[in-house]
Amino acid sequence: MNKLMVYMFKNFIRMLLLLLFVSITAFILVSLSPIDPLQANISQTALGSLSQEQIDKLEMYWGVNEAPIERYLAWVRAFLHGDMGTSLLYRQSVASVIMQKLSNSLMLMVFAWIISGGIGFFLGILSGMNRGKIIDKLIKGYALLTASAPTFWLALLFLLVFSVWLGLFPIGLSVPIGMDAASVSLSDRLQHAILPAVTLSITGISNIVLHTREKMIDVLESEYVLFAVARGEKRWEIFRHHGLRNILLPAITLQFASISEIFGGSILVEQVFSYPGLGQAVVTAGLGGDIPLLLGITVISAAIVFAGNFIADILYGIVDPRIRKGARS
Amino acid sequence: MDRIPILDIQNLSVSFSQYVDMFRKNDLQVIKDLNLKLFEGEVVAVVGASGSGKSLLAHAILGILPYNASFSGRMSYCGEPLTQMRIEQLRGKEIVLVPQSVSYLDPLMKVGFQIRKSVNDKRSKEKMLQTLNRYGLGEEVEKLYPFELSGGMARRVLISTAVMDSPRLVIADEPTPGIHIDAAKQVLGHFRKIADDGAAVLIITHDLELAIEAADRVVVFYAGMTLEEAQASDFSDESKLSHPYTRALWRAMPQNGFRAIESIKEADL
Ligand SMILES: Nc1ncnc2c1ncn2[C@@H]1O[C@H](COP(=O)(O)OP(=O)(O)OP(=O)(O)O)[C@@H](O)[C@H]1O
Ligand SMILES: [Mg+2]
Repeated sequence: MNKLMVYMFKNFIRMLLLLLFVSITAFILVSLSPIDPLQANISQTALGSLSQEQIDKLEMYWGVNEAPIERYLAWVRAFLHGDMGTSLLYRQSVASVIMQKLSNSLMLMVFAWIISGGIGFFLGILSGMNRGKIIDKLIKGYALLTASAPTFWLALLFLLVFSVWLGLFPIGLSVPIGMDAASVSLSDRLQHAILPAVTLSITGISNIVLHTREKMIDVLESEYVLFAVARGEKRWEIFRHHGLRNILLPAITLQFASISEIFGGSILVEQVFSYPGLGQAVVTAGLGGDIPLLLGITVISAAIVFAGNFIADILYGIVDPRIRKGARS
Repeated sequence: MDRIPILDIQNLSVSFSQYVDMFRKNDLQVIKDLNLKLFEGEVVAVVGASGSGKSLLAHAILGILPYNASFSGRMSYCGEPLTQMRIEQLRGKEIVLVPQSVSYLDPLMKVGFQIRKSVNDKRSKEKMLQTLNRYGLGEEVEKLYPFELSGGMARRVLISTAVMDSPRLVIADEPTPGIHIDAAKQVLGHFRKIADDGAAVLIITHDLELAIEAADRVVVFYAGMTLEEAQASDFSDESKLSHPYTRALWRAMPQNGFRAIESIKEADL
């Protein structure tokens, strides 16, 4: 038990260090970025008609002339007190912007995560169990094709086919245009989420399929499966007794590791579908020089991804007797 | 009258086809023209150096050769041809393998389950407990995972997997590696007992001394060829051995002087 605690504590410290590192990197990148927040957010003509006094005020608001290190330290200090600052673009607290955007994105991401994990796992097993047969070639071909197709391209293609040509789904956004927020129904929201979610799932599936297939083949080539064959176990028995059991551990790791890919994919997909989620907010914040929001999103998404890996590690420890029993003694 | 052998192998050859480069394939013959007969109640040892194709012999009999291997020759079981279809019906029931190491056990499955092939009925459980008991293993072993077994326990667990259904032919691949000589003799004693119960036992080993100790007949295998087939008792006297390699092996045994095996000349083979 003690060992398991130490293991978890170590993982936790590692996670904090990584978050620190991520926030510093994000900050450096924004500081190096040539984008001038005034130029980016205020039209050229408007900027021309402003008095020097007003410009000074705006520059102060955007923090243009402060030393980057001081800004970062101020941000960290506030963050440690639970204050993520105020988004310069949205003029709301970063926390509330993130909450709002995250709840939109979460719908897409959770859907894509479950669908790609489930279907990917199933297809990967099917493919690995039938290695070299037609079904394997089809599944593998499909996975390689979607893995090599850029996400944004796939998103555009889907938008074109299903929304523009077939008119089955709305072209963008997360709710119908011009509708009162209170009268938006769940089915409206789903209608808007389906296509981006499906796009996100499809790009997620290929990775899981290919990895699961690989692991399945490893299991089937193992000596314990050879022995099972030598003992007269049939294909289906081998899968039930040994295949599933041994493929489950890598699958858990894979499934939680895929959170980061879903996050990454969602940025592109939300951009194409003009879906107002976290992914879109991060692009807006980055291009508009909204440092507090950008840092907030970066740190929160990094925390979610790390938490996913953390959970995977713990589940692994619970499922794998070699770790579980090793930790107890 | 001739007895019908349980296993009769005639002119067995096993070869691998491997790509030398993109276009050329090379046939690598690992077992050449092997002949072997096993009778009921008999323990026969096949002795050969590491990499001489011993495991492949076992795998060939059980029909589990790797996909890039091909074999020729004839095998029959109790007088009937042992085809791939036939072996698929027999393996795990009448013909069983005792594998070379614990890596042949599923690392994530409790040992008890594996001994009874994941069958969970009462009869199998009883049989399993009997078997554990027979090999001096406690009931608690049932609940262990392979990684928790000591070397000696693992050996006995592997043997236990073989005797759950009363087999007629047992093929034991290297059943005594790296265990103490007394423990090894005990393990071999288990195989003798299985043979006495009416099975034929084929023990595959690199250890001539143990082979002589445990077997009725010893077949010496070198580079895939059978060099010598002799009664175990013949090994008490060097002059009864016909092949120089076997003699060299014999001389290398501790009680016969421990002399190193000089490399044997191709012509001798
Ligand atoms: N799939 C394969 N493809 C090509 N060659 C192989 C393959 N499997 C085995 N071999 C070769 O066949 C030879 C015999 O292998 P085998 O496993 O039967 O040896 P062994 O006598 O059991 O050795 P050991 O005492 O180490 O268990 C080896 O030289 C090996 O390189
Ligand atoms: Mg071997």
